[in-house]
Amino acid sequence: MVRYKDYHKNLLGRSFLSNYMAENISKEILIKMYEIMLRIRRFEEVVGEYISKGEIQTPCHLYIGEEAVATGVCLSLNKEDYIFGNHRSHGHYIAKGGSLKELMAEIFCKKTGCSRGKGGSMHIVAPEEGLLGTPPIVAASIPIAAGAALSFQIKKEKRVAVVFFGDGAANEGVFYETLNFASLKKLPVIFVCENNFYATHMPISKILADTNIARKAEGFNMPGIQIDGNNVIEVYETAKKAIENARQGKGPVLIECLTYRWRGHVGPDDNIQGTHTDIRPREELDFWKTKCPIKRLKRILKISTPQKQKILKRIKKEIEEAVNFAKESPYPEEEDLLKDIFK
Amino acid sequence: MRKITYAQAINEATHQAMEKDDKVFVIGQGCLSPWYVGDTTKGLVDKFGEKRVIDTPVSEAAITGVAIGAAMSGTKPILIFPRLDFMYLALDQIINQAANWHYMFGGKVNVPIVIRGIINRGGEQGAQHSQAIQAIFSHIPGLKVVMPSNPYDAKGLLGSAIEDPNPVIYIDDRWLYDEKGEVPEEIYTVPIGKGNILKEGKDVTIVAVSYMVKEALEAVDLLRKENIQAEVIDIRSTKPLDQELILKSVKKTQRLVIADTGWKTGGISAEIAKRVYNNLYKDLKAPIEIVALPDLPAPASKALEKVYYPGKDNIIKTVKELFNS
Repeated sequence: MVRYKDYHKNLLGRSFLSNYMAENISKEILIKMYEIMLRIRRFEEVVGEYISKGEIQTPCHLYIGEEAVATGVCLSLNKEDYIFGNHRSHGHYIAKGGSLKELMAEIFCKKTGCSRGKGGSMHIVAPEEGLLGTPPIVAASIPIAAGAALSFQIKKEKRVAVVFFGDGAANEGVFYETLNFASLKKLPVIFVCENNFYATHMPISKILADTNIARKAEGFNMPGIQIDGNNVIEVYETAKKAIENARQGKGPVLIECLTYRWRGHVGPDDNIQGTHTDIRPREELDFWKTKCPIKRLKRILKISTPQKQKILKRIKKEIEEAVNFAKESPYPEEEDLLKDIFK
Repeated sequence: MRKITYAQAINEATHQAMEKDDKVFVIGQGCLSPWYVGDTTKGLVDKFGEKRVIDTPVSEAAITGVAIGAAMSGTKPILIFPRLDFMYLALDQIINQAANWHYMFGGKVNVPIVIRGIINRGGEQGAQHSQAIQAIFSHIPGLKVVMPSNPYDAKGLLGSAIEDPNPVIYIDDRWLYDEKGEVPEEIYTVPIGKGNILKEGKDVTIVAVSYMVKEALEAVDLLRKENIQAEVIDIRSTKPLDQELILKSVKKTQRLVIADTGWKTGGISAEIAKRVYNNLYKDLKAPIEIVALPDLPAPASKALEKVYYPGKDNIIKTVKELFNS
């Protein structure tokens, strides 16, 4: 069974293979997209290396391959807009502008981490940038984001909340309950489903009776859009429109971004069949690598080689500094155990 | 001082909190109903409108998540469950999310929510409309749990719960809704985590929770006729527990009966008994006894309800046994 062929068929006739024109987007934004996606990619690769070395032990769900989603959505948001993540949220944190040092320190479970060593990779936060939390219970942050949107509505603030969740969350009841309530109250919330076709080890065709997740919005009288989640420009344009609509009080939108994680559900392993994790055919991963969101943007991005080198160098330095900061930071002390249970 | 009912006290506290702070709002099933949550939300929608008094779809998990999200984003929700039984549908949000959030994100984001659950026992409602599950919430780090037994505490504890920057489970009991008592008109608070001695006595301490406080007070009058001077402590909060007050009382009386509205096994009563035993085992003149529900789901038939729910007679009988042993 070669499942990627089904996915491919599913995507044909949609915008997936279209070479989206980037005419309406400023070069400045395009360069930002490139830089943010690269920052996430490189950060995650380095995390993977330290997991393999045994220096990182907290379970890490890497975002490699899916960078366009967080990047395109977060670039459409204002700083005071809120986002909520899930177990796989390093990318959301970085795209919303969180400190790399504090993220790396948290992944090393150090006292200087964004969650002071209490969270690890799966519980990260950057309230100063608008990331209020990333609970790893599947679908848990969906109603919470709707609640943030409700508070904006009550306070008459023109802010928007976004929640990122995976295809697995489309099997949770709370997802449907929230779509209903958010649509009913026209809440300024955007539901971003990152459909990477696997819920842990299970291909979605084996667990969803209808694998079109965007279509589920129809039943709640809400727009649902399925887009190419590996095309950062399409993500950006779709998110921007949805976010502006929500900001004007026109209610929520469900955006299903078709994408793929290059690594397995957890850890740096790629879960290829025939290895001990024996889950996905090699050709499926190879196919998706040809859809690499960074390479695709790079093709249309007209920047000089020295400028690219400058970006690469900057990212390399930032990540090195983050690793050094994390390694040199102390672990939480015994007395920290009792702190923060209550405010 | 004027007297109002327990239900009126809850209603007044809610009205006043919403007047004082426009970030406070009410959300939950039944808050627009004339009967579903007693009179506790009466008049709110007329004064504050449907934007701040939100009756909801029957979606306990999502609505709880919504209230939690609103709480961490600068508003102060009072989330209402017309039965505690329905809270099981929302336990992921209450326990995994609300209770853990502040700790697991390093103290960066707090969840100032009041989750008001109503115990509604009897009336032949049976197993799924009658439960008192304070023990479950008291087990969870990150939650505070309060259970007022009278109108004064009903208003004051709701005031404290609303002011608290953390999740507070506020459990009231329909069997107390018509109880009248003196309640100040102005806003005031009753501290969370502090018990209250309602009756002084030297022979035995009765530590009671919520509705069982009323039964304990009635038991005390009858016990006096038999020359037993019982002291009654209303613990008011099942978490944090006012251990100091309980220990001081039992040190004096050397006998303890605990009266709880929950089940016997693994309940609040077991926790209190353990703490008293650990601290005062040399002082105790009799075993610690517990008056609580038998380990059974609530039956429907009133003939069985009569046996299932303990009351003052059970307390009296249990206290007397301590003196016979």
